[in-house]
Amino acid sequence: MITVIQQGLFTTVQDEGRWGYQAYGLPVAGMMDRYSGRIVNMLAGNKEQAAVLEMTGLGAVFKFDEEQFVAVGGADMGVRVNGTAVPNWSAFFVPKNGEVRFAEVVSGYRSYMAVRGGIDVPVVLGSRSTCVKAGVGGYEGRPLRQGDVLAIGQQGQGQHREQILPDDFVPTYDNKITVRVILGPQHTMFSEEVMADFFAKPYTVTKQADRVGYRLTGTRILPIGKADIISDAMYQGAIQIASHGMPFIMLADHQTTGGFAKLGYVIQSDLPKIAQVKTGDSIRFCCVNEAEALVALREEQQVYRVVSDIVAR
Amino acid sequence: MSKCMPDVKLLTAGEYGLVIEFAAEISPAVNRLVQQVAGLLAGSSINGIIEMVPTYRTIMIYFDPFMITRQELTACIERLLGGIDCESSQVTGAKTVYVPVCYGGVLGPDLEYVARYTGLAAAEVIVLHTAVPYLIYMLGFTPGFPYLGGLPAQLTVPRQEKPRVKVPAGSVGIGGSQTGLYPVESPGEWWLIGRTPVKAFNPKNSQPFLFSPGDYLHFYAISVDEYFAIRRQVEAGTYIPRICQGSEGDTK
Repeated sequence: MITVIQQGLFTTVQDEGRWGYQAYGLPVAGMMDRYSGRIVNMLAGNKEQAAVLEMTGLGAVFKFDEEQFVAVGGADMGVRVNGTAVPNWSAFFVPKNGEVRFAEVVSGYRSYMAVRGGIDVPVVLGSRSTCVKAGVGGYEGRPLRQGDVLAIGQQGQGQHREQILPDDFVPTYDNKITVRVILGPQHTMFSEEVMADFFAKPYTVTKQADRVGYRLTGTRILPIGKADIISDAMYQGAIQIASHGMPFIMLADHQTTGGFAKLGYVIQSDLPKIAQVKTGDSIRFCCVNEAEALVALREEQQVYRVVSDIVAR
Repeated sequence: MSKCMPDVKLLTAGEYGLVIEFAAEISPAVNRLVQQVAGLLAGSSINGIIEMVPTYRTIMIYFDPFMITRQELTACIERLLGGIDCESSQVTGAKTVYVPVCYGGVLGPDLEYVARYTGLAAAEVIVLHTAVPYLIYMLGFTPGFPYLGGLPAQLTVPRQEKPRVKVPAGSVGIGGSQTGLYPVESPGEWWLIGRTPVKAFNPKNSQPFLFSPGDYLHFYAISVDEYFAIRRQVEAGTYIPRICQGSEGDTK
C-alpha cells in the first residue's frame, strides 16, 4: 500500500481512459500525456492498461509500506527516494517504509509514477481513470488528498530491473511548442486570411488550462459568419473557436459535445506535448494532412515497440 | 446515396474521427435518421470502429486507422446508407422514460417566475410541462444530460443572464425553448421549476444511464412525500424507473 503524505497540486489515478460512453455524455478522461504514461508502465513492467498516478505542477509525497518497484517519467519533479535524488525516466526499487518525494516541476508540467502491479482502485465502467467532473473513477472520483491509502495490484507481467530510459526516448520539454493540426470539419467557416493568421502566430496558454482543455489567447480568429454550430461531438485535440475568437483545445476530460466551430484537430501524437505546457507557455500550430498524421502515429507505435523491447532485455 | 439524405456529408474530424452529417437542421426526422444509422452501424460487422456519438444531426465515428482506413470506412458507410429504405424508416429500441418531478417550492424555486413570465398559473405550467413526451435528441454537457426537443411554445422563457454556479443534481429547468434535467451538480442558466429524485447517471447501476439518444422523456408531477419516498428507493438501489418500449406518438 501507498499512503499519500502530501497531495501535491493535482494528483489523480489515470489509465488509458474510459471509452464507450461518450454517446451518454461521459468524458473519456485518461492520461493527459499518454506517451509518458505508457513509458513509465513499460519501465515498471506493467501491462498497458495499468493505472498510474498523474501529478500536475507540484508533485506529491508517498510513503510505501512495503518494498515496491516504481518507475517515474514525464515532467521532471526532482524525485527523491528517502532523500536521495533518482533520475527522471527511470525504474527503481523503493524499500519498505520508503518515502518517494516529488517536488515542484523543473521542466514540463505533468509527471507520472507507475508502481509494478498498477494502482488498484475499483474499475468503474471499464476504467480506473479519474474524471473529477463526473465524480467517477480513480480514488472516489476525486484528486488524491493527504491520508489517502492506495492499494497496489498484482498484475505485473514483464521483466523489471532498475534502469534508466535511453536518452533517445526522453522528450525535451520547452515552454514554446509547435503542434501539428489536421483541418477540422468547420474550417471552411473561416476565411483563408484568418486561417493563415492562425498558423502564422503563436498563442499563449491562459490560466484556464486544466484536464478539460486549454483556453488560448492571441490573434483573434473570427469566422465569416456565426461561430456557433448545432452542437455535435467533441474529441481530444479538437480546436474549438468560441464566439470571442479565441481557440480552446479539448483535452482528456473535455465535454463530449460542443456548439462552436472546430477549426481543426491537434494530431494525437502531439497531444503529449500539450500536456507538458502550462499557463503562460506558447503554442504554435502547423498544418499537416492526414497522411502525415498517420505517419506520426505509426512512428509513435514503433517507439513503444522498441522501448518495450529495450526495457525487457 | 439515398434519396432521403440529399445533403449527407462525410467529414474528417482528426485522424481517428469521421463525422456523418445528415443535414444542417434540428428536426425529429433528421434525428430519427441519425438514430437509425447509428443502430445499423452498431449492428454491422465493420471492424475498427471504437465508439460512436450520435448527436442532433451527425454521427461521430471513432475508428482505429490501423484497423480500417478512412477510405474503407467511407465505402462501408456509403454502402450502408445506400441500403436504407427511406419510406420505412424505423428506429428500433427507442423507449419512453417517465421521470417523476416535484414542481415548485424550494425544489423548484423558479416556478413562480416562469408562471409570471408566461402569464400562466403555476399549475398550468406543470400541466403543460408534463403534457407531452420530449424527444431526447442527444446526450452531452454532463454525463446523462439529455438535450430535449418539443417544449410547448407557451413555456419558452429566455435563459437567466447570470448562470447559477451550482445547480443541484436532479434539477428540472427551462431555458429558451429548451427543457431538461441536470443529472449531476453543474453550473446552469436555466430556470429551475422542479426536481427529480431519479438519477439519470448512476455509475453504481448495471445500467448507469437512464436515457439513450433517441428515447423519449415524459415528466410527471409528484408530491414532496412521493419525492422523498422515491429518493429513498433510489438510494437503496430498489427504485425501478417507469419505462415503456417505443414512443407514445408512434403509430405502430
